[in-house]
Amino acid sequence: MSTVFIAFQNTDEVRGIVEAIMEDNPHAVIDMQPGMVKINANARLVIKRASVEEKLGRDFDLQEMHVHLVTLSGNIDEDDDEFVLAWKH
Amino acid sequence: MQIDLRTVSITPLRQTFDTVAKRLGGDKPASRYQEGTWDVQAKANYHYRPTWDPAHLQFDETRTAIKMKDWYTFKDPRQFYYGSWTQSRARLQETAESDFEFVESRGLASNLPANIRKLALEIYAPLRHVEWGANMNNASICAYGFGTAITAPAEFQAMDRLGSAQYLSRVGLLLGGTDDLAAAKEAWLKDAKWQDLRRYVEDSFVVQDWFELYVAQNLVLDGLMFPLLFRRVDDFLTSQAGPTVAMLTRFQAEWFVDSSKWVDATVKTASAESTENKAQLEAWTKAYAERAVKALTPIVAHALGDAAGAAIDEAITQFKARCAKAGLSV
Repeated sequence: MSTVFIAFQNTDEVRGIVEAIMEDNPHAVIDMQPGMVKINANARLVIKRASVEEKLGRDFDLQEMHVHLVTLSGNIDEDDDEFVLAWKH
Repeated sequence: MQIDLRTVSITPLRQTFDTVAKRLGGDKPASRYQEGTWDVQAKANYHYRPTWDPAHLQFDETRTAIKMKDWYTFKDPRQFYYGSWTQSRARLQETAESDFEFVESRGLASNLPANIRKLALEIYAPLRHVEWGANMNNASICAYGFGTAITAPAEFQAMDRLGSAQYLSRVGLLLGGTDDLAAAKEAWLKDAKWQDLRRYVEDSFVVQDWFELYVAQNLVLDGLMFPLLFRRVDDFLTSQAGPTVAMLTRFQAEWFVDSSKWVDATVKTASAESTENKAQLEAWTKAYAERAVKALTPIVAHALGDAAGAAIDEAITQFKARCAKAGLSV
C-alpha cells in the first residue's frame, strides 16, 4: 500500500492537532522538519474533530486546519466530523 | 558564482521548564496552558505563617476536607490560561455587545408588552446581586484554594461573574432605568420571594472550606439556577413576546455551558480520587441542593406560575444526571 501524508507548520496549535492525529492513527509516523511537521501513514490517515477539540480544549472546525496546512497527499474524504486521507484505487 | 541553499535546523536546547517536563514525562514541547498552570503556586519555603491565620501556611492543603495526592490532577478542559481565557471571553462579549446594540437600535425593548418587561426586570435585575455573590465566592476559592490548576480558573470564573452582573445591570437599564435597579435592590433585600436565595448567597460568604464553597456555588446553585432562570424562564418570555430578552441574557446562557465543562471536570476528578472525597462531595451536594431548590422555587413560581413545579422537577432531574456523570450519586 502507498503512503499518505499531511504536513503542517509547526505552531502551538498544531501540536494539539498532531497529538490528536497520532492517538487516532497509531500506525502513523512523525517526520519533524525545520518549521514543519509531516505525518506519514500507510494507506490511511484520519483526523477526527472530536479528538482535536479535546486536545485544544475548544470547539474546532476541521476547516481551521487549512490555516496551518503545508501540503498533503492522498484522496480526501471529509465531512464535519472527520478528514480522511487514503488512496482510493 | 553558485549559491547553494541549505536548510539548517536549529533545535532549542530545551523544550520547556524542568518542572513541566517532569509532568510531561520528558523534555517535549508543552502547551501554554501546561506551562502557565503546572506547579506555578509556591509549595515550600514559606517564611512566616500568615498573622491572620497562624494555624495554616499561606498556601495550605488542609483548608478543605477534600484530599488530593496531587492537586495538579485537576485539569480545566477549556485549557484556560490568561491569554486563552481573554480571547474566549472577548468572543462572548462581542456577541453580547452586538445583541445589545441590535435590541437598542431597533427599539425592541420599548416594543415589549408591559407585563413581560416588568417580569423580566423583576427576575433578572435582582440576579445581579447573586452574580456579585458568585464573584466574591470564586475569588475566595482562588484565595484559599490550593494549586494553580484550580485557583487560576476560579479567578477567571470570578471575573466572568462580575461581567455577568454588569450585563444584568445593563439589562435593567435597557428595559427600565436606574429606578428599576434601585427597586431590584429593594426586592433583593425585602421582597419575600428573594429572601431564601439571599440567605443562601450570604451564608455562602462565610463558608470556610473552599471546596465546600465550590460545590455550593459552582456546582449546586449555578447548576440549578442557570437552567431554570436563564433557560426555562427565557423560553417562557420568548414564547410570550419574542426573543428580545433572550438576546439580552444570551451571555449568561452560553457562558454557563462553557463553565459547566470545568465544574464537571473538577468534581469528577475530586470524587474519583477517593471514596472519602466522593462521600464528602455527595453530602455537600445533597445539603446545598435542597436549600437551592427551596430558594429558587418562589422565583420560578413568580415567572412561570403553574408550570413552575414541572420546570423545577425537570431541572432537578437534569442536575442529578449531571452529578451522576461526574461520579456523584445524589
